Amino acid sequence: MCDPQKMASLKEAVAKYDEKVAKVLQKIPERKKDFVNTSGIPVKRAYTPLDMEGFDYMKQLGLPGQYPYTRAVQPTAYRGRYWTMRQYAGFGSAEETNERYHFLLKSGQTGLSVAFDLPTQIGFDSDHPLAQGEVGKVGVSIDSLHDMERLFQGIPLEQVSTSMTINSPCAVLLAMYLAVAEKQGVAFDKLRGTVQNDILKEYSSRGTYIFPPRPSMRLITDIFAYCTSDVPQWNTISISGYHIREAGSTAVQEVAFTLANGIAYVEAAIKAGLKVDEFGPRLSFFFNSHLDFLEEVAKFRAARRLWAKIMKERFGAADPRSLMLRFHTQTAGCSLTAQQPLNNIMRTAFEAMAAVLGGTQSLHTNSYDEALALPSENAVQVALRTQQVIAYETAVADTVDPLAGSYYVENLTDQIEARAQEYIDQIDRLGGAVAAIEKGFVQKEIGAAAYQYQREIEAGSRVVVGLNKFQVKEERLSDLLKVDPSVGDRQVARLKELKSTRDNAAVQKALADLKAAAAGDANLMPLILTAVKALATLGEICDTLRAVFGEYEAPALV
Amino acid sequence: MRKIRVLAAKPGLDGHDRGIKVICAALRDSGMEVIYTGLRQTPEQIVAAALQEDADVIAMSVLSGAHNYLFPRVMELVKEKGIADVLVMGGGIIPDEDVPALKSAGIAAIFGPGTDTKDIIGFIQENVRKH
Repeated sequence: MCDPQKMASLKEAVAKYDEKVAKVLQKIPERKKDFVNTSGIPVKRAYTPLDMEGFDYMKQLGLPGQYPYTRAVQPTAYRGRYWTMRQYAGFGSAEETNERYHFLLKSGQTGLSVAFDLPTQIGFDSDHPLAQGEVGKVGVSIDSLHDMERLFQGIPLEQVSTSMTINSPCAVLLAMYLAVAEKQGVAFDKLRGTVQNDILKEYSSRGTYIFPPRPSMRLITDIFAYCTSDVPQWNTISISGYHIREAGSTAVQEVAFTLANGIAYVEAAIKAGLKVDEFGPRLSFFFNSHLDFLEEVAKFRAARRLWAKIMKERFGAADPRSLMLRFHTQTAGCSLTAQQPLNNIMRTAFEAMAAVLGGTQSLHTNSYDEALALPSENAVQVALRTQQVIAYETAVADTVDPLAGSYYVENLTDQIEARAQEYIDQIDRLGGAVAAIEKGFVQKEIGAAAYQYQREIEAGSRVVVGLNKFQVKEERLSDLLKVDPSVGDRQVARLKELKSTRDNAAVQKALADLKAAAAGDANLMPLILTAVKALATLGEICDTLRAVFGEYEAPALV
Repeated sequence: MRKIRVLAAKPGLDGHDRGIKVICAALRDSGMEVIYTGLRQTPEQIVAAALQEDADVIAMSVLSGAHNYLFPRVMELVKEKGIADVLVMGGGIIPDEDVPALKSAGIAAIFGPGTDTKDIIGFIQENVRKH
């Protein structure tokens, strides 16, 4: 490929090809004047070795499991074992969700992923005025340790890995999980799983924040420190681009803003006195997989390489595990349509395939009915089967990173990395991710990309099959999942009973101790664990922290 | 003629604001005046803001499934405060079967996923109160 004589003759051949194309174009123009992907990267007609001039295999790719991990973090990747098939699920009461978990495990799912309802995610008990109408709607409602025990009834925690999408009150839900493990007699060092624990993208994209950035960062680093010593197999954070993308960002922005947030967490942890190689290996990531198939594959590869460089060069990490970007992927909810929803099965399959070719460690595939409601059991099964078909029938997992060396994919990987790096430099100049979010920079960039995307759909320059082209008159899907509206009342009744039967003096003492510690700088995890075991509720614990930390107010931006 | 004034709001705890922000931008580009409340607004706050801003339209977005509580509650307050001539609209993930009850509560229109912003603009221009 680097033989100068061969390159020279290739250059000649390309020049001739270009001449020929110019003639063809006079007769048959191409579908569009400019081909540009969603990140604004121009897409050439054809890529050749000329697009990889100066390519240095060992420096840019390395072998699988070797720095800079462009190809894979593990040497054998899916030849050892497939990715973890992990469907995000939760609705209604802990009992109903527990039933869904047993169904999913029986269907061959290999990890659990807990969806909490909004009051839980924002640290309100079910009887809070702002929780009205929201209890059990987008996830399971958890008020106290008793709910958490019901959620994992009959599921031995040493045998599953559990991911919990919980951010601002993460410490409380993690403490509840630990308390359930303790009751089951499972040692903390046997527990495997992940907490999302990523507050920065809540401010910029997802909205379930409680406290201002500074105390929020402290809670995060407290979890890092506690788990490093007590729950060593636990992934202490899942730095999430998923929601940034769902909010409308491009693929480049997704990589850039996610890794910029990652940099902020590493800096916060170092500032809190931790060593990068103590917590670095337990950092994990979470990305979206959208429809631009090859761009997505390149995105995952670029993110792996960029993070490895950041950890090594910027933070001086030496443990190889600190350099490895391990990630979960969810297919793009925002790519699903309410129109002709069965088409969503294909969209999800392509997105899932991109995630697999990009080397994801675990995967959630969306259900075809999710533009209309929470998924029904049938729809979830099709979604899980989609992953199983990719794994067991398509053979794409039999060799590591099969698209490596594609002129286009390598070129795109380089461009995504370079453009993401430009954004990270810009964020550095603004004072880092926290400052960039406080100034509204990240939100504005995402908002502009979202509006652009919508305008393209409305102008017809971006085709969404069944939505702005190939429409049909149709009946809406029936058999959608309906959350039992009485779950709110039941949760309120349970809270009342809990508060009249528990040892309230022990609760008050635990909360007072927590409050005192929050005002100082002790690690709050052990105190939260004590409060949870005394049956203090999620809302009580969060209110205690609100009293010390205050609450975040979003900047007025629109 | 004064511009049409729209109060855009996210009632409840839902944080999905991509849709409402896109709609805000589109309404603004069509010449309307748009005030966006941000996340986590109670029905009381929304109606108070509509009064204070002298809004002609309240446009709400809920994707969390709490619309059956939140939208009718806003309508109750709109009537209570004597601004029932304000055009109140909703959008988000709203199952078809919920729409009739929301409309009979006084919600003028429900716009689901995939709606063209031009349809929303057109609906407002046709149905907004005339000064």
